[in-house]
Amino acid sequence: MSQAKDFAPSCPAPIAQYPQVLLAHGGGGRLMHQLIERVFLSAFSNPLLDTGHDAAVLEVGAARIAFTTDSYVVRPLFFPGGTIGTLAVNGTVNDLAMAGARPLALSAGFIIEEGLAVETLQRVVASMQAAAVEAGVAIVTGDTKVVDRGKGDGVFINTAGVGVVEHGLRIAPASVRAGDAVILSGDIGRHGMAIMAVREGLQFESAIESDCAPLSAPVLDLVSSGVDVHCLRDITRGGLASALNEIAGSAKVGMTIDERPVPVREDVRGACEILGFDPMYVANEGRFIVFAPEHQADRVVEVLRRHPVSGDACVIGRLTLERPGLVVVRSILGATRVLDMLSGEQLPRIC
Amino acid sequence: MKFIDEYRDPVAAQRWLAAIHGLVTRPWTLMEVCGGQTHAILKYGIDELLPREVTLLHGPGCPVCVTPLEKIDRALALASRPNVIFCSFGDMLRVPGTDRDLLAVKAAGGDVRIVYSPLDALKVALENPDKQVVFFAVGFETTAPGNAMAVYQARRAGLENFSVLVSHVLVPPALEAILGSPSCRVQGFLAAGHVCAVMGYTEYLPIAARYKVPIVVTGFEPLDLLQGIYLSVKQLEEGRAEVENQYSRVVTKQGNRQAQSIVTEVFCIVDRAWRGIGVIPGSGLGLRDAYAGFDAERRFDLSEVGPRPEPAECIAGLVLQGLKKPHECDAFGRRCTPEHPLGATMVSSEGACAAYYRHRRVAAGQEGAR
Repeated sequence: MSQAKDFAPSCPAPIAQYPQVLLAHGGGGRLMHQLIERVFLSAFSNPLLDTGHDAAVLEVGAARIAFTTDSYVVRPLFFPGGTIGTLAVNGTVNDLAMAGARPLALSAGFIIEEGLAVETLQRVVASMQAAAVEAGVAIVTGDTKVVDRGKGDGVFINTAGVGVVEHGLRIAPASVRAGDAVILSGDIGRHGMAIMAVREGLQFESAIESDCAPLSAPVLDLVSSGVDVHCLRDITRGGLASALNEIAGSAKVGMTIDERPVPVREDVRGACEILGFDPMYVANEGRFIVFAPEHQADRVVEVLRRHPVSGDACVIGRLTLERPGLVVVRSILGATRVLDMLSGEQLPRIC
Repeated sequence: MKFIDEYRDPVAAQRWLAAIHGLVTRPWTLMEVCGGQTHAILKYGIDELLPREVTLLHGPGCPVCVTPLEKIDRALALASRPNVIFCSFGDMLRVPGTDRDLLAVKAAGGDVRIVYSPLDALKVALENPDKQVVFFAVGFETTAPGNAMAVYQARRAGLENFSVLVSHVLVPPALEAILGSPSCRVQGFLAAGHVCAVMGYTEYLPIAARYKVPIVVTGFEPLDLLQGIYLSVKQLEEGRAEVENQYSRVVTKQGNRQAQSIVTEVFCIVDRAWRGIGVIPGSGLGLRDAYAGFDAERRFDLSEVGPRPEPAECIAGLVLQGLKKPHECDAFGRRCTPEHPLGATMVSSEGACAAYYRHRRVAAGQEGAR
């Protein structure tokens, strides 16, 4: 081979901004946050919205009312451990719970694709009702629209929820402090891998079931137990890593996380290994993190473990003054690295 | 998890680290060839735990990073055509071409689909007889057998609506190009375990002998990497330059003969341009004449995509050759981030810059990485 020269560096022109919305803008990562900041926050900005919390808390007379909304698009509509209907109920109930609120009532809006079997819709709705009963909330108002065939994945559901805040705590990202402990409510990655396994036809000895579940019971127990809860966050799209980064970023604190105690089930780990995914970024639908003073961490774990949905709760890290906005994770070998937010969704790797 | 946890055992890792610390008497610079190894090294923080004397450079073994701009632009042009379904491995979707990427083409209405295997793209072709299905056949020796098999089966089935856009590259010529560079700092290689699983390691024997560098075929788990580093350092300290096989649970000397034979059946060796590095003679695979009918570049008129000059800000080429570390680039983490990559090394999770950005910003920015 001829002697190589020292090559001049070369590289393509940058893509400064995407002029159109990409699917990656919905992935729960950095692109989604950019879209929210540039388009929505800049247009709608107000003190309640700007708190960056899962639900807004409105002061109505002497009462504090939590209000939130979420839309659900998932394929397939039915998957091990849940349906689009159970997601639509629990997702919104959980957003209320993250404000420390007791859920009162939900709305349900359906955008239905022409051609959907009525029997399928009935199964979705039945699962919603069952989830509402389990979460102790009623669906009190609703809406129905139908779109042309090919314009929706069977059915899209939007739910909004109101709840009442019956304690005096200020549960919000702005309340977290250096020295707070970070407590995780259970094993991670189940929902995302349950969906991936169905979509990609991965066969395991037993199906991975979504963790989809209402979180009100452990949260209400926690806020009435005397723990000084600073913030709560359910870890959904973008996984644990994105939720930690959201709080670190909006509260301008540093975080040190130990990945060793973070529970991940064997089947979820296996599925992640096959696809080249990191469980820290995989979606959940029944898990949350608690930020509370370190001296109360054991009490938080004890209260959470009283509830089956948070029976594997454990302390995974603490907030620090160093490196505000960054999440640093200690690997199983004891070295540290930055746990960043993903750009969009995790993409399966080439090899 | 059995067969995984054993290779991530922290106690055993400490033993290997101690062994490496005990062995080193002077500075050594090693290069891990494969992007998957770079990713694991940074994820587990292995470079942080090594003795100061041992420097790891990140090699060119990320298929996303080395696919030339012109090929990406051709992929974008094909994917934009109304009658084409363009199938690709997931992480090629974010690689920037001259003015956009496959994600943007998809958002603008192009039919771009992620597949896990080229055989899935074949299935798409069977299911869509009225469309042209193009698969983006990129990667090293690891993906070549699967991609070759897809073309082979397409020909056997007489599929007329399936073709591949080929940008396959080979490891050994890239190693020689790096070693032949006057500013080469690499004193030993951790060869890519999965490439060797396919090809074996006889190709590396003449390279080790000619350039007097140890080459250790290495796996991807923390203990694999630590053992690979140990074996390399041991050779260097003892003045040896041999090919050793750390990854013997997967790799044999002769490799996977069946995989090799399908590659040889479908592909032949060609000169190939590497993004940021330039043309390396005999460093790629192209379709043989018997399979030329499945070459997307012959089936479609792509004359609108000419040669592409590349702007000079990004140092991806130097990073891929191990001459610079990602954080030594002015653009790193400022104008160049995973959302807005200036270079492909920032795109793939296997790319050195992306791995640095995700795992090492603290050390690189504030403490100065070694």
